[in-house]
Order: sequence, then structure tokens, then C-alpha cells
Amino acid sequence: MSFDPAVFWGALTSEGMRAGAIIAISLTVLAQLTAVFIGLGLAMMRGSGIGLLRGASWTYVWIFRAIPTLVQLLFVWNALPQLFPALREEWFSAFVAAWIALSMNEGAYMAEIVRGGLLSVDEGQQLAARALGMTPWSVFRTVILPQVVRVIIPPTANEFITMLKITSLASAISLRELLTFTQQQISITFRFAEFYAAAAIYYLVIVSVFMVLQALLERRFRWTSQRGGERSIASVMRAIGAR
Amino acid sequence: MTEHRPLLDPALLGSREGSAESPGATGPVLAAVELRKLYGRHEVLRGVSLEVERGDVKVVLGPSGSGKSTMLRCLALLEAIDGGEVRLEGRTIGVRQVGGRSIRLAERELAHQRSEIGMVFQRFNLFPHLTALRNVMLGLTEVRKRSQDGARQIAADMLARVGLGTRVDFYPSELSGGQQQRVAIARALVLNPKVMLFDEPTSALDPELVGEVLEVMEELAREGMTMVVVTHEIGFAKHVADRVVMMDEGEIIEEGSPEEFFANPRHERSRRFLEAVH
Repeated sequence: MSFDPAVFWGALTSEGMRAGAIIAISLTVLAQLTAVFIGLGLAMMRGSGIGLLRGASWTYVWIFRAIPTLVQLLFVWNALPQLFPALREEWFSAFVAAWIALSMNEGAYMAEIVRGGLLSVDEGQQLAARALGMTPWSVFRTVILPQVVRVIIPPTANEFITMLKITSLASAISLRELLTFTQQQISITFRFAEFYAAAAIYYLVIVSVFMVLQALLERRFRWTSQRGGERSIASVMRAIGAR
Repeated sequence: MTEHRPLLDPALLGSREGSAESPGATGPVLAAVELRKLYGRHEVLRGVSLEVERGDVKVVLGPSGSGKSTMLRCLALLEAIDGGEVRLEGRTIGVRQVGGRSIRLAERELAHQRSEIGMVFQRFNLFPHLTALRNVMLGLTEVRKRSQDGARQIAADMLARVGLGTRVDFYPSELSGGQQQRVAIARALVLNPKVMLFDEPTSALDPELVGEVLEVMEELAREGMTMVVVTHEIGFAKHVADRVVMMDEGEIIEEGSPEEFFANPRHERSRRFLEAVH
């Protein structure tokens, strides 16, 4: 059996694959975004003066980094509804379960990234802002956070790409994302090469779009006045190449 | 600059809200009373008392590690003190009295009092993600609650007055050290503080950039700003200071007019310090 371009093309343009890709992308964006906020909260707890908060944050990161993602996913989907009747309702879909499991897991990794970002901001920044008479929240929002964001963009983009690939684990809880659909089709047609290749193309394209978005975002945080006329494709390509 | 425009322009800075001060107000603007500060077991400030009269420029000299910077940070309410008090226009600041004991105010409350005191740092500490203009605007919008447009106008005007009218849209990384420090001065000045504290403002500068910063500070002194300046610039102390304070090992060991102090330092340690820096 050789590679059949017609089957490959059929797979590539199939409705099911497109739907799977949309689920994968939505899950990635939602879970990663949630994880950034969980990570931010954990990192701030970790840096707080209250021992209990520091301990809680440390424990969270310890647990969620140690247990395999797949185990967490299966636990949320299968075990939690057994423990909490409220989760046996219609709304607790495979998508919601995957969203919860993946964001909580990723939150542990983001906590370390954000913590590094917070530590990277020079002590003098806070000092100067406080000396102006700014309140703690104002200092954080207008002085610290923008500088943290700049530092964490590259590692967070990395996590984003990893997250996209991890969503394929959700095929284990029968979420109809890209891989689930692919394997279903393979079990019907036995055309492994064509369907895996089609899925691979989807992942490649999605990751490439992410990379362009990352480059654009990084440029917004370059803090230079020489920005005019730099919005060309070439400059984006350079930014991608530089990574 | 063709016409001379003052740095302390009431038209630019506006009258201070809710302040009972009058030009003839008496008593020191800023005072430290028996300040004590510990780092662990080490006593960095061992009962420092200082009075800064309105319009005075007080230059603080002393070897590194003598507690000069720590004193400034305590005066600016950036560090908690372990004893004594700080007074601004006769009012004790930074603490509140509870049952005869002094309790340090919460950060939110301290913030308001800090806005009355301007501080300039050795390493500028400009906000790298903001243009020069935005650096100067931030205190106006966040602390003084000015509108964006109002703040932009005041900030641009102040930057022009420190000679940076053509640099408003530059980011700190695109400015020289001297320019950065002038932005930092503008950033503090624009909040119309009652006193300006300078913590070795020229120590991180290349020698050829020191002059432009000292020039702005001299201008400020001429216009009557009350200033406390920690510096190693003996020339500045000689020509601009009203009073010179010598610190060593967490104490003020000598204070006098620059004429007295430089011609005839009373203390042995002052003499040795002056020989070392000359």
C-alpha cells in the first residue's frame, strides 16, 4: 500500500479534521490563558510575606508537576464526578474536563515562569515607583507587570506550543480534537500515513500562526522609539528566525 | 534654550492642594529626630538628627557605608525606622500613634505622604517600558489623578525645562546617563514635592555627563527648592550647599557652612575624608 494523495487531500480538507483543529485551538487558548492567571496567583503567593501562602503555592507546584498530565486528565474526567455529584451534569463535558485539568497542570509550570519574571525586575523599579507615592496595586499594574510580561513572553509561547500538543492527550477522554478524529478515521480506513500526515500538517500550520503572533507580541514589548515602517513580513520572519 | 523658564513654575505645577503652608511658614521643612535603623544586628543609623530649613540645600558627605543612603531612604519613608521620627513641616510622618506607641503606616497610607517628598536615585531607576514623557506622566496620572491630556502637557513642559524637549518620545535605553537622570529629576519635580532628596545622583555617570545633571540641580537650588543631596561632588558642595553635613559610621559627626567645613573641618575623620576625596 503506497501513499495515496487523494486520501491525504480528502483527510486534509475533511470537516471532521477542521472541527478537531478548532477544538484543539480553543482548548489550547483557554487552558493556557487560565494557566497564566493561575501561575500569576501562585507566583505572587510564593513571593508573599505570609508563610501559609508560600507553603500552599509550593505544594501546588510540587503536586501538579509531579503527577503525569494524563493521570490528571483521567482523574478530572472519571474520578471527580464520582466524588462530586454536581459534576455529573450535562455541562461537565470532556472539553470542560480537559480545560480544567490542562490549566491546573500548566498553572504549575507558569508559576515558575512568572516567578522568574518577577525576580528579573530590578529592585530599583519598585523603589522609584513607591517614592513617587504610588500605591502597591498601582506599582504592580503600571510598573512591574509590563516588565514581567516582556520577560515571560518567550517561555510562555513555548508553553503554548507544548499545550497545543498536549491537547492530543484529551483523545484519551474521547474529546473530539484532532487526534481523536484522526484515529477514528484510521480505524475505519487503515490509511495510517495519509491521516497522520494530514494531522501533522494541521499542527504545523497552527504552530506557525502562533509563532507569527508571538513575534508581533514581542515587538510590541521592545521599548524603542524606532518602530516606524517595521511592520513588514520580512521583519516578522527575522523575528521568527532569531528564536 | 533662548528664554529662561524656571523649573519651579507655579503656573506649571499648580498650588498644592490641602496644604496649610504659606511662604512665611517657619520651622524646618524636613527633620529627622534621633533616627535609628538596624540591619539585623548592625546599627546603620545611630541616632541621626537633621533639620532642613525651607529653601536650604543640605549636602551630606561621608565615606561609603556611613549610612547616608539609608538616611535618605528613611527620610523618603522607603524604609521602616527602628527609632526616632521623621517630620515634614513639623508633622510626624510614616507612623501613627496607637496607645503611646508608634506603628508604621500601611503602604497605601505611606504612599500619599511619599508623594510630598521627591527622590532621585543613583541608578536613575527610570521605567524602561515607558518613554521619557510617560515616565514623567506616571506620577501625575497615578498619584495626582490628573487626566492623560493634562499630565502630558505638564510632563512635556517639564522635560523641556530640563533641556529634553526633543527627547520626549525616547525610551530610557535610548538616552544617555545624564539625560536619564534629568528625566528622573523631572519625574520627581513634576509632583511639586516639598523637598527633594538626591542619593548620589551623579555617581553612576560618565565624567563628561556629570555637569549637565549638576546644572539642573544648581538651577533648582537657585529657585529655592529645599534639597538634601548625598554626593561626592565636593565642588557642588562648596558652591551650592547652604550647609554641609558629615556622616560617619551611622552618625552625623559634623555640620557647618561649606566655608567653615572645607576650610577648617573640626573632626579628625572629616579631615581624613576630605584628603581622600581631593
